[in-house]
This record gives sequence, structure tokens and C-alpha cells, in this order.
Amino acid sequence: MTFTDWVAQAENYVFLAIAIPMLFSAWRVVASQNVVHSVLYLVGALAGSAALFLLLGSEFVAWTVVLVYIGAVVVLFLFGIMITRAPLGQDVELSQPLRQRLPAAVVSGSLFLLMTGAMFDAFGGDVIPETEATRTFDVGISIFERWVIPFEVVSVILLAALVGGIVLARRDPDEMTEEVVSESEEVPQ
Amino acid sequence: MTIVQFLVLGAAMFSFGVYGVLTRRNAVLVLLSVELMLAAVNINLVAFDRFLADQLAGGQVFALFVIAVAAAEVGIGLAIVLLIFRNRRNANVDDLDLMKL
Repeated sequence: MTFTDWVAQAENYVFLAIAIPMLFSAWRVVASQNVVHSVLYLVGALAGSAALFLLLGSEFVAWTVVLVYIGAVVVLFLFGIMITRAPLGQDVELSQPLRQRLPAAVVSGSLFLLMTGAMFDAFGGDVIPETEATRTFDVGISIFERWVIPFEVVSVILLAALVGGIVLARRDPDEMTEEVVSESEEVPQ
Repeated sequence: MTIVQFLVLGAAMFSFGVYGVLTRRNAVLVLLSVELMLAAVNINLVAFDRFLADQLAGGQVFALFVIAVAAAEVGIGLAIVLLIFRNRRNANVDDLDLMKL
């Protein structure tokens, strides 16, 4: 597909209308000097990716991103920020100083150029075929017939993460009773 | 729509994520950048699924698996950050040099 063909297609403008705000949000996620703004810009980037999935016709993945990422993971991040008492206003200390940011920019920039070059070399101009949107029914059938073993493995991983998260985050019961004892001892003094 | 436009967008978001992981000092923000990288990978998976018109919807199914594993990773990661914060009173990755020689 040549560039003139690309410009003539209406859906490419929809793509650009989604992709440009998305890239801006992604940049603000890593560059913002306010922790809460960073998390809220992540909502913008993820909502953009959900809109792209709708554009590609994979509706189930799009709504899963909205439910799981925007609904749950972002709230979890906000909890993490509140609990670790990160500075809520402007803070220049959130990122490394410039002499460490420059090499990081070089690394990520050259990674981007390398990947872009390889992709244009391999798929330059190949068009995504216009097929019907994938029905949720078909995705479900596919998961539970062809991909059922990976599905079970993921469920075991989730269970392990659940148990591990509780074990890591809760306080040790012995430690808690010691604290209660020491606090009650301090009161009479 | 060409496949390359989605791949380049995914590559740009992944690079932003790499930049964030390398430059952020707060551990929660490092995890946030990792999420950005995983979202970029999801775009690639779904774009290739549609490009190859996969009958088994393999790309979409694996995007769902990535989402599930990422949710688990955030839960564990934040629990570890919380534990570090409780023991050391801050969550800066620079200060975690206990195992440095």
C-alpha cells in the first residue's frame, strides 16, 4: 500500500485521532513530575489501546482492558501511591537527574529506531485484511478448546499471586502482638 | 489499515516504557512504566492476530493472558514495594542497595 492509498482511507484518520493522544499520554506517564498525574495519564494510554482494539475488531479484549486495567489495576496503583506516601504535589526528585536521563533517552530512542526499521523492512505496506469483528463466542470457544492448558496455567499463576500478595503485605501476627504489648506497657509510664 | 502503523505505535509505547523504567526513582512509577510496556505488547499481539486472520484467535487469547499475568504482577509488585516501604520508610529504587558490594 502506497502513501496516497493510506491517506485516502478514512479509518486511518480514526487511527491517528486515537494514536496521537495515546502517545502524548504515554509520554506524560514517564515524564510527569506529579505521581497522581502519571497514573491518570496511564488511564489515557490504556483507553487509547482499548479504542485501537475496537478499531481492529477484537471487542472482548477491548472491554477486558477497560475492566481489568482501567477499573482495577489503576485503582491498585493509586492505593500504592497513597500507602507509600509518595509526594503528591510537584516533585523534581521523581526522575533521575539529566545526566542519567540522557543515556536512557539514547537507549530507548535507538531501540525504537531499530524496531521501526526492522518492521518496515519485514511488513512495509502489508494491509490488514478486512474481516468481520471477532465474536466473543469464538474467543471463548478458542480459549476452552485449543488454549485450555495455558488457561489453566494462568489460573494457577493468579492463585499463587493471590496467596503471595497476602503473605507479603500482611503483618506478622507475632510482631503485631509484641507491638500491642509494648504499647500497653508504655502507657502506665 | 497497514500492519506497520500498529507495530510502530507499539514500538513507540514500548520505548517510552523502557525510558520510564530507566529514569524513574519511585518504585511504584517503575511498575507503572512496566505496565506501559505490556500494553504495547498487547497492541502487537492483537494487530498480528487480525493481520493473519487467525481462526483460533491466538493473538487475542494471548493478549488476555498477558492482561491476567500483568494484574498478578502488579499485585505482587505493590506488595513488595509496600514491604520495602514499611521496613525502610521510603520506596526509592536508588536506596535499595543492600546487596551491592
